[in-house]
Amino acid sequence: MFKEFSPLEDKLFQVMDKDGEIIAPEWMPEISDERLVKAFKDMLFARTADLMAVSYQRQGRMFTYPPNFGQEAIAGGMAIVMRDQDWLVPAFRELGAWLAKGASLRDIFLYFMGYEEGTVFRGANNMVPIAVPIASQIVHAAGIGYAINYNKKDEVVYAVVGDGGTSEGDFAEGLNFAAVWNAPVVYIVQNNQFAISVPFKKQTRSINIAVKGIAFGVDSIKVDGNDIFAMTKAVQVAHEHASSGKGPVLIEAVTYRRGAHTTSDDPTKYRTKEEEESWACYDPIDRLRKYLVKKNLWDESKEESLISEYKKEVDRQFEAAENYAPYPLEDVFKYLYVDMPDDLKVQKVEHEKFLKWKEGLK
Amino acid sequence: MEGGSEMKVMTIVQAVTDALDIKLAEDPTIVTFGEDVGVEGGVFRVTEGLQKKHGEHRVFDSPLAESGIVGTAVGMAMAGLRPVVEMQFCGFVYPAFNQIISHAARIHNRSRGRYKTPMVIRFPYGGGINALEHHSESMEVLYAHIPGLKVVVPSTPYDAKGLLISAIESDDTIIFMEPKRIYRAIKQEVPEEKFTIPIGKAKVLSEGTDVTVVAYGAMIREAQKALALAKKDGISAELIDLRTIYPIDRETIAQSVKKTGRLVVVHEGPTTFGVAAEISAMVEEDVFQHLEAPVTRVTGFDTIVPLPRGEHHYIISPEKIYYGIQKSVRY
Ligand SMILES: Cc1ncc(C[n+]2csc(CCOP(=O)(O)OP(=O)(O)O)c2C)c(N)n1
Ligand SMILES: [Mg+2]
Repeated sequence: MFKEFSPLEDKLFQVMDKDGEIIAPEWMPEISDERLVKAFKDMLFARTADLMAVSYQRQGRMFTYPPNFGQEAIAGGMAIVMRDQDWLVPAFRELGAWLAKGASLRDIFLYFMGYEEGTVFRGANNMVPIAVPIASQIVHAAGIGYAINYNKKDEVVYAVVGDGGTSEGDFAEGLNFAAVWNAPVVYIVQNNQFAISVPFKKQTRSINIAVKGIAFGVDSIKVDGNDIFAMTKAVQVAHEHASSGKGPVLIEAVTYRRGAHTTSDDPTKYRTKEEEESWACYDPIDRLRKYLVKKNLWDESKEESLISEYKKEVDRQFEAAENYAPYPLEDVFKYLYVDMPDDLKVQKVEHEKFLKWKEGLK
Repeated sequence: MEGGSEMKVMTIVQAVTDALDIKLAEDPTIVTFGEDVGVEGGVFRVTEGLQKKHGEHRVFDSPLAESGIVGTAVGMAMAGLRPVVEMQFCGFVYPAFNQIISHAARIHNRSRGRYKTPMVIRFPYGGGINALEHHSESMEVLYAHIPGLKVVVPSTPYDAKGLLISAIESDDTIIFMEPKRIYRAIKQEVPEEKFTIPIGKAKVLSEGTDVTVVAYGAMIREAQKALALAKKDGISAELIDLRTIYPIDRETIAQSVKKTGRLVVVHEGPTTFGVAAEISAMVEEDVFQHLEAPVTRVTGFDTIVPLPRGEHHYIISPEKIYYGIQKSVRY
């Protein structure tokens, strides 16, 4: 696969076209109909939650949130392959992958409501917290990969980063370390064409992102990230490659960020409506739906009621987050060290004295 | 030199834009760049309109890499340009630390003065805007501790304009930290013309006799509220806006403490090894015999700034400053 779709020739790995037709049957991944329908429903659920998150934020019920709208097939493909014991090393725009790993939507909302608790992801096995400093997590993935080899474990690391992130030094260092150490890491770049306002063309002169992996001796491929079949197949091959001791793989998933960078961003400043609309026909959910309908695996008329069911569930999770306990003073201090220095204990006690005094002011 | 021209009401954001605009128009060696700085005009719109006006070769977007941004600025500066670079947030400067500490701060010394680094690294800092992690910290002390750097923190639109113009005109590397919590919260009349405010000089904002309060950046506004509370108590406090963290104006602080005998230092950043600790040591060295109470620090916990729901615990309130003032006066 890496040879046939060489990034050096800017080949794009695609299995299904925008109309839901299979154009490369020889590369069709093995997925049961049932699993495929589940993937569709999961993507639909993630999109419902994502769109609702944006509207909660607009209602002032949540702080800044980064939309995933239009990028759902990347997590969709990962979810089919990633096992419970595999590691997820995320950036901050991987709602579908977090859910697939077992994070609760309530917790994800908690994070964007301003609780550290929301990035603990209790219940999600081998999933580390959200990394906000761009590309810093790419290096951690190589280290986790080293530890997996060291302990002879049957685990693969999935590390995600954006197109902008590939410009950071950490991206190069992480890839190089993973390659030199033969670490079992699947690097997935969500190339959504923008780093906030900066378009891909201004980010790099490389013809694509996958070629960057080649330079480090990492097998790399550029994939249509809005094609669930291409994503699934690429991730399957990459997973097999990494877990059989052949080292890391870099998957560039070409997609488009249909929403704003975050809820504080206004894309009209730097891109046109026409451009946005030109990507609409490649929407990953629409494409999979077309395929499923043709195969009689999906009844479109039932989708509306399913979505309203999802909305209720999202609301339930959101309300659970809204009703989460207040943030005690103790939590500011409690987790900074395993062994808390005395000085810090004193600072808390002193602050409590102030709070008592302040009560007395009223 | 403080101007007396036509006045215009500005926010801190607008004052920074104005300073950049004036300097870009005046000096062809100035360029400004960073992540989203060009087309978008920065995530806080500080550079809005500047690319259109001054051209893409002078105001531009860089790839997403802080070390790259600062490192190329060092190169530009050695080659005769005067770069002003933006780091998107206070918590994203760290990838550039090698370039800042190993080069921007040292090229002049290393080359025995042959090469200069007349550059400004500006970024928003501080808490209080309900942001994600890494967006709320106040780490001025990291820069102030590095030999070869100067650190400037304005507290008003007027100061932002005058200090930034001075920073751009300085031949040294200047770290310019903008209090984003009050980016748009304060509006003030600012001269439309160019004016400068000297780097390294503090400003006495209000005179008093009982206690000296030293603060800077977003804490000035909070300290002013605290002073109003203290006044009701009959306490006369003198407020000093540090304006520059390094080189620190120890003379102005010493003179004030000589008069009041008491000192409260306020900052958002962590307490231990912080700016207040340094000021405390200086005051002890300079005017020990005038001190009537130990120096009081009203400063951040030695913790990470909590995410928004816990941030109120961390943020320094006017009441907490007032508490510090009382503690000092009643010692
Ligand atoms: C080290 C660092 N610098 C800057 C930022 C601010 N920032 C947040 S997201 C972003 C753009 C990221 O673009 P990309 O990697 O393409 O990911 P996307 O947001 O498109 O998913 C920037 C510059 C940051 N979080 N970390
Ligand atoms: Mg991107």
